[in-house]
Amino acid sequence: MALDSKIPSGPIEKKWEKAKADQKLVNPANKRKFNIIVVGTGLAGGAAAASLGEMGYNVKAFAYQDSARRAHSIAAQGGINAAKNYQNDGDSVFRLFYDTIKGGDFRAREANVYRLAEVSANIIDQCVAQGVPFAREYGGTLANRSFGGAQVSRTFYARGQTGQQLLLGAYSALMRQVGAGQVKMYPRHEMVDVVVVDGRARGIVTRNMTTGAIESHVADCVVLATGGYGNVFYLSTNAKGCNATAIWRAHRRGAFFANPCYTQIHPTCIPRSGEYQSKLTLMSESLRNDGRIWVPKKPGDKRPPEQIPEDERDYYLERIYPSYGNLAPRDISSRQAKYRCDEGRGVGPGGLGVYLDFSESIKRLGKKTIAERYGNLFEMYDRITGENPYEVPMRIYPAVHYTMGGLWVDYNLMSNLTGLFVGGEANFSDHGANRLGASALMQGLADGYFVLPYTVSNYLGQGGLGKVDTGHQAFKDAEKEAKERYDKFLKMNGKRSVDSFHRELGDLLWNNVGMARSEKSLQEALSKIPAIRDEFHKNLRVLGAGNELNQELEKAGRVADFLELAELLAWDALQRNESCGGHFRVEYATPDGEAQRNDAEYAYAAAWEWKGPGQPWNLNKEPLTFETVHLATRSYK
Amino acid sequence: MRIVLEIWRQKNANDAGRFVRYEIPDVDHHMSFLEMLDVLNQQLIEKGEEPVAFDSDCREGICGMCGFVINGVPHGPVRGGTVCQLHMRFFKDGDQLRLEPWRAAAFPVVRDLVVDRSAFDRIMAQGGFVSTRTGSAVDANANFIPKADAEQAMDMAACIGCGACVASCPNAAAALFVSAKISQLGLLPQGQPERDVRAIGMIGQAQKEGFGHCTVIGECSAVCPKNISLDAIARANKDFVRAVVRYREMAAGGGSG
Repeated sequence: MALDSKIPSGPIEKKWEKAKADQKLVNPANKRKFNIIVVGTGLAGGAAAASLGEMGYNVKAFAYQDSARRAHSIAAQGGINAAKNYQNDGDSVFRLFYDTIKGGDFRAREANVYRLAEVSANIIDQCVAQGVPFAREYGGTLANRSFGGAQVSRTFYARGQTGQQLLLGAYSALMRQVGAGQVKMYPRHEMVDVVVVDGRARGIVTRNMTTGAIESHVADCVVLATGGYGNVFYLSTNAKGCNATAIWRAHRRGAFFANPCYTQIHPTCIPRSGEYQSKLTLMSESLRNDGRIWVPKKPGDKRPPEQIPEDERDYYLERIYPSYGNLAPRDISSRQAKYRCDEGRGVGPGGLGVYLDFSESIKRLGKKTIAERYGNLFEMYDRITGENPYEVPMRIYPAVHYTMGGLWVDYNLMSNLTGLFVGGEANFSDHGANRLGASALMQGLADGYFVLPYTVSNYLGQGGLGKVDTGHQAFKDAEKEAKERYDKFLKMNGKRSVDSFHRELGDLLWNNVGMARSEKSLQEALSKIPAIRDEFHKNLRVLGAGNELNQELEKAGRVADFLELAELLAWDALQRNESCGGHFRVEYATPDGEAQRNDAEYAYAAAWEWKGPGQPWNLNKEPLTFETVHLATRSYK
Repeated sequence: MRIVLEIWRQKNANDAGRFVRYEIPDVDHHMSFLEMLDVLNQQLIEKGEEPVAFDSDCREGICGMCGFVINGVPHGPVRGGTVCQLHMRFFKDGDQLRLEPWRAAAFPVVRDLVVDRSAFDRIMAQGGFVSTRTGSAVDANANFIPKADAEQAMDMAACIGCGACVASCPNAAAALFVSAKISQLGLLPQGQPERDVRAIGMIGQAQKEGFGHCTVIGECSAVCPKNISLDAIARANKDFVRAVVRYREMAAGGGSG
């Protein structure tokens, strides 16, 4: 199938303006006749639901958490990028656009990324107007800091809780609409299917997680903003509940899944401490502004860090990437940490860690300044590890953090499934093969506040939507399927818990489809995933009933979908015979270990089409054409 | 180390509920408290017993989803953190710990340690915002905000809405939660136009939800995982009195208490 990305014509800086000028409008009296479903209430979903409600549409918003305010955007620490150039350091829309394209290793769609950079400045205005308490200078203006992959300071922040503050801003706007009756909230509801009628997404089926009721909801269009699929690895920095069920169920109904192999491993996370580990905790990339990363020069050096003299330390990022130093992008920093540990120079238990050292900054700036900038992160580290980072260097190690892949969308953020829009981390659109720090918040809010309200209106304004109700056979069938799926889990009465399967899958993926992938490791993953999946569907034990709060049953549904997605992830990684961004194939590396792209053959987005259970996926390619930037080898040296 | 847990088990809102004793023989010092419960649940599933239901999500102290009472203290014995950030190295071999859900009429138990906190959302919907339409904002640097004000607003904005303040309060008041939001927006220029209606709306809704009155005992602030100070309550009370005086007729119309 030919993919139409619907990129407006004209020069790149005029495309979004043209799209807005050409769009169909819905008059105020008609807006209230339309119903919109938004699944997920993070930055993208919360902002979209609030904005669409404000415009006059009837919105139903769904969240698996007990409140919209808990979506995992809340955990983002470091900041949000915007091309404000308040620091007068040469930033511009074009530079943010360029940095993002380059940061994504030239695997993102130019037009989308340009629009993202263009609306970034509006986001900051919007959030300040909502009362988001961004960090400020003594003169009362907004403060900025630097993030990886950029040579300008364009990151706005609220201590180490930027995601929380931005999400609470979107949540407050959403609750205002709830109070006004424009948005109806459905917390503790999980989407378990998308319903397609006459080729258009016309609703969803949900499971009420408190009562177990399987319910249908009809709408004129559906917006999915349900986050990424990092938890397919079991251990990640995602929240425990983050899952891919919404996007995977949509994929099974016809929405293409693009670039699943682009997964981001974040360089600065707290190393795992044991078998019982339930999740990994990120230490914000912003720490790399003032922290220096090093390992001992000598392999196997077991001395405590303070006893290793300066000339026996290897500040390897500063050594290899002198112009970006400790602020080299995430994929590169993670890979270098892995190399150091592979060389036997890792620190801490098992040698799986590197130091992130603040002693020099504390000497230079004083403890008070460091505490002001990172106090809550230092405290978080201390709580988890029992070590005080003001006194001893932090130990960090890479962990799965973000997924650049997701449902394929066109310029309007609509998937190939008509009427199904996808925003935020759930789509594939803006970050290519690697996301730069502080850009996830930017994309989530750009999609939610400034893109979806336009493009959804444009879709509804085009008309042609017939009347559908929950009595339609497609809804009845989807409800029945969902009920049968959960009943099957409950009746199986096997021997193994959901978590045991999830951990097994996670270990397999981390070892074979993680930071370094090879044809051999991917083949191994592909041979083992179906076996785990088969056993899952024969030997699973879920206790309790379906008509009550049953957390094991919730997990079973999610892990069943992860077990399918994992296979596509490995398959996508196997067919992409190049290294780019977060996708690193050991066969395709430069002599000094950097990613070796193959633009001649792989400058495309891989959009996979579901062909049924057990059937191979069909690959659709969207060629990526670069009209504005030149394809170049990505260098941070 | 060996830990003995007495956990509140309650099948649903209508069940009477009871404490059930569990023993975990091999708790690792590095585990988080919730990881210990994960281990317990895996053992229960193996034995064919239903696992303990408890809420958690981010497991890094920011989403506000987790929380229960450990030996009478919400989020447990370590100050300034949530239960997901509590690690087992703060306990010792043989410790007996009693776990129970937040107890407040406005937070009905859903199951075991899980409660329904939707009352907080309904309070937020009555004024916990600045009414600004998407796209209508002026340039972010158009208003200068003194750093001290921004910092204080941030202190108040740190609230994660976990409900520990309510669980700790002998009156089951939601005063700290409500006042943190009133204070955050009251400290910023953007929050001024709706300062009166916000105080009346949010405090009024809290009362309707069945939260008790604040008698400034201070338990809330002591257990708050984000260390929100009682100053918030003083501020919100001041805003409320001011609002009632200025909008007497609105208060008479209902909702203010």
